[in-house]
Amino acid sequence: MYQYSNFDHEFVAERVAQFRAQVARRLDGSLSEEEFKPLRLMNGLYLQLHAYMLRVAIPYGTLNSRQMDQLAMIAERWDKGYGHFTTRQNIQFNWSKLEDVPDILQALADVEMHAIQTSGNTIRNVTADHFAGAAADEIADPRPIAELIRQWSTDHPEFQFLPRKFKIAVTGSPHDRAVTQAHDIGLRMTEQNGDRGFEVIVGGGLGRTPMIGKTLSPFVPLGDLLPYLEAVVSTYNLLGRRDNKYKARIKITTHEHGIDEIKQRVDAQFANIKPMFSGADLQLLKDIERHFEPPKLKPANAPTGVAQTVAQTPAFRAWLDTNISDHKVPGYAIVSVSLKKPGATPGDASAAQMRALAQIARNFGHDSLRISHEQNVILPYVHLADLPQVYQALRQTDLATANIGLISDIIACPGMDYCALATARSIPVAQQIATRFEALKLEHDIGPLKLKISGCINACGHHHVGHIGILGLEKAGVESYQITLGGDTGAAAEIGTRAGPGFGADEIVPAIERLILGYLHLRTDETESFLAAYRRLGLAPFKALLYPKEKKAA
Amino acid sequence: MSVTPISKVVTANDLRSGEVIYLRFPHCWTPELSKASVITEDDLAQASLAFAQGQANVVVGAYLSDVITEADGPKASHFRETFRSTGPSNYHHGKQEI
Repeated sequence: MYQYSNFDHEFVAERVAQFRAQVARRLDGSLSEEEFKPLRLMNGLYLQLHAYMLRVAIPYGTLNSRQMDQLAMIAERWDKGYGHFTTRQNIQFNWSKLEDVPDILQALADVEMHAIQTSGNTIRNVTADHFAGAAADEIADPRPIAELIRQWSTDHPEFQFLPRKFKIAVTGSPHDRAVTQAHDIGLRMTEQNGDRGFEVIVGGGLGRTPMIGKTLSPFVPLGDLLPYLEAVVSTYNLLGRRDNKYKARIKITTHEHGIDEIKQRVDAQFANIKPMFSGADLQLLKDIERHFEPPKLKPANAPTGVAQTVAQTPAFRAWLDTNISDHKVPGYAIVSVSLKKPGATPGDASAAQMRALAQIARNFGHDSLRISHEQNVILPYVHLADLPQVYQALRQTDLATANIGLISDIIACPGMDYCALATARSIPVAQQIATRFEALKLEHDIGPLKLKISGCINACGHHHVGHIGILGLEKAGVESYQITLGGDTGAAAEIGTRAGPGFGADEIVPAIERLILGYLHLRTDETESFLAAYRRLGLAPFKALLYPKEKKAA
Repeated sequence: MSVTPISKVVTANDLRSGEVIYLRFPHCWTPELSKASVITEDDLAQASLAFAQGQANVVVGAYLSDVITEADGPKASHFRETFRSTGPSNYHHGKQEI
């Protein structure tokens, strides 16, 4: 993985020193809150419902064991013994004290991490396919490009005060696991006449106005990518609306001006700035690529122990069925570690669990860890023969839940349990749904299902693109939950359709149960997923399941 | 002197810890809503808020919050304020650790 250069070390160290001085000036009264707030936000520090929250970037979701250990140390020393992994491949510490934050940032800098540009109207943490570098279906590892974009966008003088925040996602695979169509810019690696490049998608986003991104260019050669991105962001920087924050994202700019006009402007800007890119960016990319050489993998031995363990441990077999994905290297597997044990808070890991994951990665995973936007942890390089030991080690720390891609593998934002913007809670709804379906013992029978919960219209929980989406709102002074159906994150992403009126906090779990039990009767057979059945049948029969009284009245 | 239709408390977050706190007359802050001073007069509410906002080196984001007065002290009238006064529902953290 990428190792900081001297420049990176000095830059991050300088930012830590600056913030240390800023905190001191805030505490001694030299800075007002009005003056301090933009400074703390530039360093990822929010004031939430109960405490300060520090959002730390995990660039393109990649961590090594040392970094994971350091996150565990931070969680224990300065927080309440856990961290929350988010849908943007960040980690959030929910209980930071203001005067501790400079020390936390220093501890992060010690392991080449930071919280820079995890807030504010800047280019945020660049996210990537969590299987990058290991996926059997990818063209190439997209992370060198993601790192190039990180370096280009960090402290970019032109892009520190964009009209609104700006999110970029990158995938090297045609099977889109990075939800690129729901980002301000989505990059999909592709090839044309033997040359590598990217399809550039623009104007996707969720929030109060969900939109699927549109293709701005079907193929931008690798050599043109950075000036092309600069052309896109600088076009948006001039054109984007600053009069209304709710209309300031590039999705609205694209919608209002049309993709053709945006394309014309971007092409003109690209022609202007391309000559200024002397090739230093491509030289830098070559240097970066050296950091992403795949690990030296063991020879592919026959995984004899696996069959034996499968025979002896049915739970291991269930875990293999759901939590293992195909690797590009024969003899290896990608392991998804679920942070969604029924009843647990989606995305939370205790310090002990983080340390266990770090040790498992050291022992069996070539020191590599990933955080997925689905709030799970990935071990991207595990030899098949080591799977039984990995499973046992995960079990010892309560991390062997076999539910990846199933109904209890729920994305949930922090909601009103933590977030100052939330209009309702998300976490208890996720906990109750997961616990209920565990009790029903139906999860594996239901099959693939993406359920996503947001605690407000900003949609951090990606509810619009869940097969089942739940949006928590306030209605008449109480929490109310709207259901959307038919969303999807795949290669052709879709925004779900609102099913009808919201449900009260005590009604939402029974409503989901009716929906799922009804689906089991509606599907053609067990091979037809919830999403496939919805696409075949449309909204009406599912709406009837959710609102049975209305059906009778009709 | 006008009377507010609903009782209020002054609430904010502690500058150093970020913890939710409430104004207790005359010049104290308490982490417990039950010990907050309940204000029923509009003039006093505005004066108390102005006092809180003047404590910029102690608190952040002071505002008036509606409460219902019960025998054992004020209770938040909106669920968001109830969560602020009690802490998160997934762990016994924050005020639940007191």
